[in-house]
Amino acid sequence: MTDYLDGNVLAGPLREVFGVDLTTAGTRCVGCGQAAHVAELRVFTDAPGIVARCSGCDNVIMRLVRTPDAAWLDLRGTTALRVPLG
Amino acid sequence: MDTRTETASARTLVLDVPGWPGHLAGQHVDVRLTAADGYTAQRSYSIASPADGDHLELLVQLVPGGEVSPYLVEGFSIGDAVEIRGPIGGWFVWNPATSGEPVLLVGGGSGIAPLMAMVRARRAAASRTPFRLVYSVRAPDQVIYADELVRQSADGLDVTLVHTRLAPPGSTRPAGRIGVEDLGRPTGSAPDCFVCGPTGFVESVADMLVGLGHDPARIRTERFGPSGG
Repeated sequence: MTDYLDGNVLAGPLREVFGVDLTTAGTRCVGCGQAAHVAELRVFTDAPGIVARCSGCDNVIMRLVRTPDAAWLDLRGTTALRVPLG
Repeated sequence: MDTRTETASARTLVLDVPGWPGHLAGQHVDVRLTAADGYTAQRSYSIASPADGDHLELLVQLVPGGEVSPYLVEGFSIGDAVEIRGPIGGWFVWNPATSGEPVLLVGGGSGIAPLMAMVRARRAAASRTPFRLVYSVRAPDQVIYADELVRQSADGLDVTLVHTRLAPPGSTRPAGRIGVEDLGRPTGSAPDCFVCGPTGFVESVADMLVGLGHDPARIRTERFGPSGG
């Protein structure tokens, strides 16, 4: 498997979409049920776009592709996203 | 805009960012360069300084053949403007105001940058929080912030240098990769752990820390990789 980074690198791209920091948000893997913060996901940046995978089972948690005029966010791999507020 | 040479391949960029909103130790910024023809390249760099008005210090490690770092390390001049976005990231951070737990920092190479922000934030806040830094470098001449780390060790910061390729003369530890004996078991009040470096380094240190009995929930990691260029 190629070198991966972690979800910290999603901080900038996700903030561009949501306006808040999502790296402290909680995820739960659809594949294996493992809970993790976005910052703890394994992130591959050498794909077309950014792919974040579960560190437990390698399931794809999210994909983010930035085009010149839009951001595509695929959240298929997490049952929910718990965003801390306030 | 000023620069400081840290080692043969690492340089500190000192930036003045009007209206900077402040940041937490460990956060990073995105730096965007735009060429005359409109082509842009963007990289993330950790902030190495604590919050201090509009003052910001970034550590840039030269990546040979890279697209951005050679320019920032070799081509950048005092007074040049650069586009900065941030502060970014709320996970790999240490806040002296809200954390009283002891801290274990483990850095590999230029992974020292966000950890140095934490060390400096501790000093700026006159915090008494016990800090231990384990810093892995290839050789003695690659220790970034060497003088400052020596000075700070008189201030309650415990620094352990790990040399992986070449140990300094007189060293009792032979050169070699970081191991469990360099990290130590958690004793007394268990520390919050921050690990930053290349992916392989972070992976092996995090595994060792868990093996030594550290709580995985208190180990925060930041990996950087070849995309750094």
